[in-house]
Amino acid sequence: MYRILKAEKLADKIYLMDVEAPRVAKSCQPGEFLIVKMDEVGERIPLTICDYDREAGTVTIVFQIVGASTERMAELQAGDSFQDVVGPLGQASEFVKDDIEDVKKRKYLFVAGGVGTAPVYPQVKWMKAHGIDVDVIIGAKNKDLVILADDMEKVAGNLYVTTDDGSNGRKGMVTDVIKELVKEKGNQYDVCVAIGPMIMMKFVCLLTKELEIPTIVSLNPIMVDGTGMCGACRVSVGGEVKFACVDGPEFNGHLVNFDEAMKRQQMYKTEEGKALLRLREGKTHHGGCGQCGGDR
Amino acid sequence: MAITVNAMKKVPVREQDPKVRATNFKEVCLGYNMEEAQAEASRCLKCKNAKCMTGCPVSIHIPDFIAKVQEGDIEGAANVIALSSALPAVCGRVCPQESQCEGVCIRGIKGEPISIGKLERFVADWSRENGFVPKAAEKKNGKKVAVIGSGPAGLTCAGDLAKLGYEVTIFEALHEPGGVLTYGIPEFRLPKNTVVRSEIENVKKLGVTIETNVIVGKTMTIDELFEEEGFDAVFIGSGAGLPKFMGIPGENANGVFSANEYLTRSNLMKAFRDDYDTPIVGGKKVAVVGGGNVAMDAARTALRLGAEVHIVYRRSEAELPARVEEVHHAKEEGIIFDLLTNPVEILTDEKGNVNGMVVRKMELGEPDASGRRRPVEIAGSDYTIDVDTVIMSLGTSPNPLISNTTKGLEINRRKCIVAEEATGKTSKEGVYAGGDAVTGAATVILAMEAGKAGAKGIHEYLSTK
Repeated sequence: MYRILKAEKLADKIYLMDVEAPRVAKSCQPGEFLIVKMDEVGERIPLTICDYDREAGTVTIVFQIVGASTERMAELQAGDSFQDVVGPLGQASEFVKDDIEDVKKRKYLFVAGGVGTAPVYPQVKWMKAHGIDVDVIIGAKNKDLVILADDMEKVAGNLYVTTDDGSNGRKGMVTDVIKELVKEKGNQYDVCVAIGPMIMMKFVCLLTKELEIPTIVSLNPIMVDGTGMCGACRVSVGGEVKFACVDGPEFNGHLVNFDEAMKRQQMYKTEEGKALLRLREGKTHHGGCGQCGGDR
Repeated sequence: MAITVNAMKKVPVREQDPKVRATNFKEVCLGYNMEEAQAEASRCLKCKNAKCMTGCPVSIHIPDFIAKVQEGDIEGAANVIALSSALPAVCGRVCPQESQCEGVCIRGIKGEPISIGKLERFVADWSRENGFVPKAAEKKNGKKVAVIGSGPAGLTCAGDLAKLGYEVTIFEALHEPGGVLTYGIPEFRLPKNTVVRSEIENVKKLGVTIETNVIVGKTMTIDELFEEEGFDAVFIGSGAGLPKFMGIPGENANGVFSANEYLTRSNLMKAFRDDYDTPIVGGKKVAVVGGGNVAMDAARTALRLGAEVHIVYRRSEAELPARVEEVHHAKEEGIIFDLLTNPVEILTDEKGNVNGMVVRKMELGEPDASGRRRPVEIAGSDYTIDVDTVIMSLGTSPNPLISNTTKGLEINRRKCIVAEEATGKTSKEGVYAGGDAVTGAATVILAMEAGKAGAKGIHEYLSTK
């Protein structure tokens, strides 16, 4: 069992937890992910590692409610436990493996969308720890959905917050901020790291391709085992089939087939919806609509 | 009611009716009862020079255990099997006996061979139901061995080493131990709670520790097992690996799965049950591409989830690599075989969901390297079959997680770990390997044989060290 030391609601449907998982905490690196399974009947859910404390043997996870398993997970409190936590999985970010002197010469731009701010945070923190100041953009629908901005402020060189409705920071999309930084301010970037909803990563990549900024994205497709065994997470990158769990999750964003990846993410939407209804309404969900007579 | 024994014929084994079992996940074969088992045992010729033993990869003393069954001493029979095998309830169910022990049975020259598999299963099931457990080693020798993977190779290796007094820890990547016994082979062939879990419990009772959720190669490396965790030797039984796809257009469409994914969802995650969260796409019309045992398992799972299921295989029935018994069961249950047929493209609707598959007719040409007649395409024979789900069951390629993170571990051209057959010895000192990680996808019993060889190799290594 893996004990939860802290459980906190960050925003609507977004939760943060510190979990005891000493083996994962000892070996994880920015860019990698882990899988949690709440209990016997729960799904295996891949989550990016938001932070880790090697001494305390804890990892920090952030997740959003998307189906029955995550809805039940949101109810867990400090003192409760996950039945299973396994990791780290996937490849660490490229800069972790590169020569640190080369990394220091590059100018990085990090773009975080919504719950994608969580996986961006440990990367920016790693940069700070190695004496590298990076620019960070956090984008969200509105002020209530901006997460981890205070933590990010402490480790980022420059932090730009933008919301669709202007309720926090400036008004607009992350792509508007990128344009402004590059075209108006004349900033030069050697690498852009964009993590967020698939649609955001797609549009960031369209823009950075035009601006000729190499871009890394982190994909979160449907997975089961996370060790390469099932192939559920396959994505097309530069016309080749890759498994996000072992080849990724980070890829060259300019080569990712986002349209296919977005379609694949929708695969179980109906089943997830059904499972959520079953969880929320129990046996009564049959008769809710009054059509089939299953409630009578 | 006394059973009349025909010396030339096997005592028939009871099975669930095909029409009934096609709609449930309960075990197909019901096994022998005591009376049936004793009757079947009485057919054994008790050959002095027992061919069956040479046909068994782990060399179980087959005539001895059958003699005990005939006497009604089932505990005695269990003791005989336990000398050679830690997983008799599994092997009695999934070993290809027809090409091993039963294939060389002398009785089988004129009549039907002795039903050795069903007798082994009877002994194992009786032991479980009557609380018989194998004995642990009396003294520990103070040496530590790490076993990577808790599938048939790892469990066998761990069990054998524990009996010799080693302190053994198995590291398992998934949340449940058992490897392919847990995630791969379906409930209706190998019940998880009764059979698999209890065999694993028996291995634990020998003193073996199993730690789940540890991926060697990621969570820790083999070098760390030696340097930080203090192990004296390591056995790699990490299994088959990454599923292969065909590389045809449309293969990333929604509704195309690897057999590994489909079976993992159903078996490990129990997606076939409503009370588990993990979803599975049942499908209305399913094509399973491939003709091995895994293809049969995937097809029969899809059938039980309510689909019309076609096996699409590019050669003819004679070349199907699956066990005859599995093909026979699949047919009985209503699986349709589209033989000499090969997919060329998967068609999708605007949302990316599968809505058809273009296939091409094949004919058999000259034998190829495997000795089987090579399938040759018939030009202009393409047609479209109406399917909403496609399951690719084309085998696997090795998982690079361990080989990429272990310096000095030699792999071959096919990226399998290189290991000596008789001892499991690899190119790295103290590291032994066996099972699918070495051979590529094979059978449960061959993995067990490799696990035994690895245990022997490790024992020799640590005894002289």
